[in-house]
Amino acid sequence: MKIEALEDVTVRFSGDSGDGMQLAGNIFSTISATAGNDISTFPDYPADIRAPQGTLTGVSGFQVHIGSDKVLTPGDKCDVLIAMNPAALKTQYKFCSPRSIIIVDTDSFKETDLKKALFTTDNPFEELGIKNDVVEAPISSMCKEALKESGLDNKSILRCKNMFALGLVCWLFNRNLAAAEEMLREKFAKKPEIAAANITVLNAGYDYGHNIHASVSTTYTVDSKSTKEAGKYMDINGNKATSYGFIAAAEKSGLRLYLGSYPITPATDVLHELSKHKSLGVVTVQAEDEIAGCASAVGAAFAGALAVTSTSGPGVCLKSEAMNLAVIAELPLVVLNVQRGGPSTGLPTKSEQTDLLQALYGRNGESPMPVIAAKSPGDCFDSAFMACKMAVEHMTPVVLLTDAFIANGSAAWKLPNLEEYPTITPPYVTADMAGKWTPFMRNEETGARYWALPGTEGFAHRIGGLEKSNETGAISTEPENHNLMTRLRQEKVDRIPVPDVEVEGAEDAELLVVGFGGTYGHLRSAVDTMNKAGEKVALAHFTYINPLPKNTEEVLRKYPKVVVAEQNMGQFAMYLRSKVEGVHLNQFNQVKGQPFVVNELVEAFTNLLKA
Amino acid sequence: MSEYTAKDYKAGQPRWCPGCGDHALLNSLHKAMATLGVPPHEIAVISGIGCSSRLPYYMNTYGMHTIHGRAAAIATGVKVANPNLTVWQISGDGDGLAIGGNHFIHALRRNIDLNMILLNNRIYGLTKGQYSPTSARGFVSKSSPYGTVEDPFRPAELCFGARGRFFARCVAVDLKGSEDVLVKAARHKGASVVEVLQNCVIFNNGTHDSLATAELRSKNAIYLEHGKPMIFGENGELGLVQEGFGLKVVKIGENGITEKDILVHDAHCQDNTLQLKLALMEGPDFPVALGVIRDVDAPTYNDAVYAQVEEVTSKKNYHNFAELLETNETWEIK
Repeated sequence: MKIEALEDVTVRFSGDSGDGMQLAGNIFSTISATAGNDISTFPDYPADIRAPQGTLTGVSGFQVHIGSDKVLTPGDKCDVLIAMNPAALKTQYKFCSPRSIIIVDTDSFKETDLKKALFTTDNPFEELGIKNDVVEAPISSMCKEALKESGLDNKSILRCKNMFALGLVCWLFNRNLAAAEEMLREKFAKKPEIAAANITVLNAGYDYGHNIHASVSTTYTVDSKSTKEAGKYMDINGNKATSYGFIAAAEKSGLRLYLGSYPITPATDVLHELSKHKSLGVVTVQAEDEIAGCASAVGAAFAGALAVTSTSGPGVCLKSEAMNLAVIAELPLVVLNVQRGGPSTGLPTKSEQTDLLQALYGRNGESPMPVIAAKSPGDCFDSAFMACKMAVEHMTPVVLLTDAFIANGSAAWKLPNLEEYPTITPPYVTADMAGKWTPFMRNEETGARYWALPGTEGFAHRIGGLEKSNETGAISTEPENHNLMTRLRQEKVDRIPVPDVEVEGAEDAELLVVGFGGTYGHLRSAVDTMNKAGEKVALAHFTYINPLPKNTEEVLRKYPKVVVAEQNMGQFAMYLRSKVEGVHLNQFNQVKGQPFVVNELVEAFTNLLKA
Repeated sequence: MSEYTAKDYKAGQPRWCPGCGDHALLNSLHKAMATLGVPPHEIAVISGIGCSSRLPYYMNTYGMHTIHGRAAAIATGVKVANPNLTVWQISGDGDGLAIGGNHFIHALRRNIDLNMILLNNRIYGLTKGQYSPTSARGFVSKSSPYGTVEDPFRPAELCFGARGRFFARCVAVDLKGSEDVLVKAARHKGASVVEVLQNCVIFNNGTHDSLATAELRSKNAIYLEHGKPMIFGENGELGLVQEGFGLKVVKIGENGITEKDILVHDAHCQDNTLQLKLALMEGPDFPVALGVIRDVDAPTYNDAVYAQVEEVTSKKNYHNFAELLETNETWEIK
């Protein structure tokens, strides 16, 4: 038996949505990370909650990309595909390359199973034209065999078959099972008999590979080059990192975190996560609708909380009126939009960047609002933290854009030390202002008004959705005052300091790739690949969208060719053109609901270089 | 005794039409606040959009004049974020029951400790005269020149349907009656609704004419008080009794009816069946019920939220962000 060392490997677990593929994938990524690999994962859930068993719409996938060095995406194609049934094989085969090894549970490839997956012959491999190495393992029966003396019922036994597949994969990649066993013991701490059964099956899968050499000639290792910074790490997805960012900002600012929200895919996990943390004083209100989620957050902001509302694109449509109230009343508010496919209900579980212009301009009147777009699961933490800092210190609503891809995808994340994060200082009124203070008295440097919290004696005041006099705070329809207030609100946002955009890649690049938000991993991987091949390409990836970094114009004008790559029809390119007059930008646009594919990016950028 | 007077709660110069019922209600609210004695800076008055929603500008308290229909939702956020504040929510019939109907019922269902004033003039005033969700079927307005073809909401019914625990009614021009129910609404712990019957002199003049004076109210209304018999009429000669599934107006002294036969009001009764019947009475056969119709204790949302925060805090072993991080499965790279 040969053992080959690989730089990186992508494994895709797939099966019925009840087959436990997410758990198997999670365990594999965590034990790989524990062994020192870098990791990136992406779950691919079906839209149906529990589609009929064995059908094409019920297939759930979980892709894990592990590497000895830095891993930036969950991988384009998989090296190993686990297909627990014919439906999984049929729908997931497109993620295979000709070299991919496919592992199937032959017990689930009976005639009825094939029919459910709409196969017309009794040879699904031939029917799909599959020429790959296929490991045919009777996973269900081996699982039953391993647990025949466990005393568990048949249903519970079959629930363990994901662990057989995991054991087999662990054998293929020479992974130590101890860490996986520990995770199972912890996960099923309250049901030790289930933990034991899962561990038995995990070992059975490993041994099965070992004993029969699973009809493959080689097993693999992915060593750790350990280029990562020393420290403690955890596996985190974007929604959890975003939630943690809000919690950290609340602690740093000394404010209570208030979330007003309404369940919506793919943002709901933020509501789930935050509602757990009452011991940190977090208050979550599951409102009657999206409007109330945002409106109640505006009320909470008025009362002195760090107010957040979380949603996805369709929810933002409903929230925009209340967001505008925060604009004119100049109250701090963070609006999280975990973008999904649109328009309308669109593709709820899929990822896009199509809400950028909505975030920037989707409200009535002149309504300037800072926009931040997180670039990776881990970066969701920093972006959420900074969105809160901006909102509170500049007394403005802020839009935080993430997307389904980084929200559900996960990566290794170094535990942050809050002491190293910037302070968040709410611009509270001070006692000496009493008597002279009016609601729109502004800090000269930031242009932000001072915050007088209800309950503070001497500062009772009324604000609201009608235009107010900058001087007195009373309702005003004076033409000059409205003109002034419009400009002051704009200037306040324009003055927010943001870091320069960094250019990564070849210094003498002939092509600059420009992106924003959740596409960073794919764009950076494409640029890295091209740099390795000697191509002169660089990447400028934007997190701060409004205001734009000060060096934006300089960067865009510096390179002979620029291409803006985004998962929409060119919204960021359009925005950049409006901010940097006359700049010529090429565009690469895909709106498929799926992450970019690195190879396709490389091809497109190479063609542009040559053109 | 309160150390405050009505003046301490006054701000600005009201800009409503002369003769508008809002003026009267505002005065009653100032007086009620003085009676209650909550310091002005510990009060937040939240309104939506409409004529009556201008009210916060005339209160020397914290206040927010927000967006159409959302007052209850915004007030919810204020109260939950800072439960130490006394929160009043002001809406009209359009703001509260049409565009804001959803927030109205859910604030009641959750039992947020809000004092919700619903000014009902059965018309859209600020947009100059369209029918509202409380306008009677057939009502002729600018947007219903041939009469409406829809039935109105009866606010009490909606409130009771949303499990409302406090419902009172007053007539704006009846200053004493208004102040009385506003004070009681504020003292009630939980969401309390006060329906204020209010005239719009411009677009729906006379809509509550049958209740406009003390004399008319003695004939056409009944002031309900917990524990007191339901007697009304110019000389207290009429009363209410239960008959079958319904209520009936009787004359005391006729057909052997004595005061003992008259129903005694029970605002604290958990079962709202009779209270609803009282709330839905209307002329000419029945008097309109004024005063506190329902006043039942129940746990408030805001109290429950913080009780849960306290309980979970005592049970969980992490109380700051650094400790939260440690609850995760981690690995170390050296």
